Amino acid sequence: MNEKIYQMINPQAFPTPFCPGCGHGILMNAVLRAILELEYDLKDMLFVSGIGCAAWIPSPHFKADTLHTLHGRAIAYATGAKLFNPKLKIMVISGDGDLSAIGGNHLIHAARRNMDLTVVCANNGIYGMTGGQVASTTPLGSRTSTTPKGNQEPPFDLCKLVEAAGATFVARQPVVTPIPLTRTLKRAIVHRGFSFIDVLSPCPTQFGRRNAFRTPHDMLVSLKNTCLSVEKARTMSPEDVKGKILVGEFVNQGEGGQS
Amino acid sequence: MALPFKKVKSSLTPGWYFMQGNEAAAEGAIAAGCRFYAGYPITPSSEVMGRMVQRLADVGGVFVQMEDEIGSVGALIGASWAGAKALTATAGPGISLMTEGIGYAVITETPCVIIDVQRAGPSTGQATRPGQGDVMQVKWGAHGDNEIVALAPWSVQEMYELTIKAFNFSERFRVPAFVLADEAVGHLRETLVISEEVEVYNRFKAPGLPPFGTDDPRGVPPMPAFGEGENLLVTGSTHDPQGFRKTADPAAHAKLTERLVRKVRDYKEEVIQTESYFLEDAEFGVVSFGFTARAAIQAVKTLRKEGVKIGMLRLVSIWPFAGEAVAELGQKCRAVYVPEMNRGQVAGEIRKYTTRPVIPIPKTNGEVFEPAEIVEAIRRNMP
Amino acid sequence: MKDHPEKKKKNAVIRINQNWCKGCYICLETCPKKVFDKSSEVSEKGVFPVVVARPEDCSSCLQCEMLCPDLAIDVKKGE
Repeated sequence: MNEKIYQMINPQAFPTPFCPGCGHGILMNAVLRAILELEYDLKDMLFVSGIGCAAWIPSPHFKADTLHTLHGRAIAYATGAKLFNPKLKIMVISGDGDLSAIGGNHLIHAARRNMDLTVVCANNGIYGMTGGQVASTTPLGSRTSTTPKGNQEPPFDLCKLVEAAGATFVARQPVVTPIPLTRTLKRAIVHRGFSFIDVLSPCPTQFGRRNAFRTPHDMLVSLKNTCLSVEKARTMSPEDVKGKILVGEFVNQGEGGQS
Repeated sequence: MALPFKKVKSSLTPGWYFMQGNEAAAEGAIAAGCRFYAGYPITPSSEVMGRMVQRLADVGGVFVQMEDEIGSVGALIGASWAGAKALTATAGPGISLMTEGIGYAVITETPCVIIDVQRAGPSTGQATRPGQGDVMQVKWGAHGDNEIVALAPWSVQEMYELTIKAFNFSERFRVPAFVLADEAVGHLRETLVISEEVEVYNRFKAPGLPPFGTDDPRGVPPMPAFGEGENLLVTGSTHDPQGFRKTADPAAHAKLTERLVRKVRDYKEEVIQTESYFLEDAEFGVVSFGFTARAAIQAVKTLRKEGVKIGMLRLVSIWPFAGEAVAELGQKCRAVYVPEMNRGQVAGEIRKYTTRPVIPIPKTNGEVFEPAEIVEAIRRNMP
Repeated sequence: MKDHPEKKKKNAVIRINQNWCKGCYICLETCPKKVFDKSSEVSEKGVFPVVVARPEDCSSCLQCEMLCPDLAIDVKKGE
């Protein structure tokens, strides 16, 4: 493993508790690389997470201050820390259920306040840790342990939700394209104001097995084929865009800027 | 006093089954007539929800997975007022979130059942490990006074039977009722015997009569539903028998708060259920509940073989508390031992009812008791 | 057209931490040059981890290092 990345982690916590092929592990990899490339000092940062598999990305793996809170409450706790010590660079890393279902209220208010936080949503479209129940982001028709015949409820478009609430940096990237993911992570971290990234991160164990994906690689390939960059989509016809998931940077306003 | 129970056919074909505790609880709910489930995933209760989604589809009921536990308890209350027997299952952290809703169910007298599959706490604790630390929380979590019902199963059979009973009590008394299970009995797989029939109690209807007050000595008003033309005034503020808010009326508030407590307290003998083992000539007593009682009874048998005159009182109902049974135990025993997977919650309650030495045997390492540990603790503390 | 002898390429050096590898095979199936194989020996963790079979074919694209969910792969680019 890369020596510089090795300095950023608590090796005694490895190997991670994630399943083989878990997208969240790829995201963890990308977050560390983004911080390394930005040459940020972990000492200036705080990582806050809720409950769920994604919340284990920073805690206990990052050699930094980490705050592993209650289900859905990461953003509320982060708000308190940031308000009292604005010098802290705070990243909230948590799951889609944690951030948008039980934590939905805190998400929209922090976006409304344009709080200077970077919120990374590790979105696997399911409640993995508790046994694969449906989530507010589960695609229509997908099988989960509480939608055995296929999900009937439409999912959130998290980017639209957060944009409408007032976020000033909104993006979506899949873990299967780590270079754009790392680039977007860097921009989100540097942005001053509320930045949100919807990271599409497959769950082979709970989602994959119930929805006919045989291997983690199969899920990554499918993800890559379904994602379409928003710039490319603008040049295509609506029929060709149908069924695709748009990725890229949707909102980038105010200070912070491009890198 | 004879209660208007109805015998209905069991929802499962009678016979012997090998089932998980959580699944058996779901079957108990279906058997009792539960046709609504609103819940949120939380270890170690999620199997109840997983079973309910399938079984409710079989029986034409309604299932919704809510965005959190606060939403779940709200949905339960809404559905109950729409006429449903409503269930949710959760664990300690979920009870913490539902607590405000539980208080609302208390003051609006909404029947509903909450299965608490207790896990090692406090807070996130050890999510996959058993605990018994929610005893006080289910009773006193919500602000204000209440008399909720809580039953503690020690087997898969009781997960089934006590869930049925919880529904019956919640309908009988118009209170939220808890099944105080734990991760050990929830994830245990054992024989479940389904008989031909099941006794169920249904909320009683009396169109036109006030739904929030009564002069009937039992103190339980009829329970109408939305859509029956009753123009219901359901509110969490204090209210008169019709439901009109009386937030500045001392007499109304006194009347309501007293009735809410007395309607259960004065009839607690209908709820209180204990089991006695080897107590006839006992000089020492063990009081235990839930999965712990399985180890405790083995400990008692071991000590009996050594000639110690010891017996056990198993609390099947936790709330209302079996104060008299405990007092009676204290009369004959020189000491009362209380093994529990918490730091002495039931032991503390027992002290209200006896002046005998009450020796807590706490265990909070996220593991169940072994009989030898209880034997050892009793031996070390013999007066 | 090459009329001077090919310079000897320095191979990429790929290391896999056998204790952290969980045998998900994302690297193996993604690698465009088929550098990896499954080990025939089960690791201490109870999986058949990935081994570097053909490092000379590695094009230093680094997809394996970036996509490994367990941070188990380290690639020193070849020249």
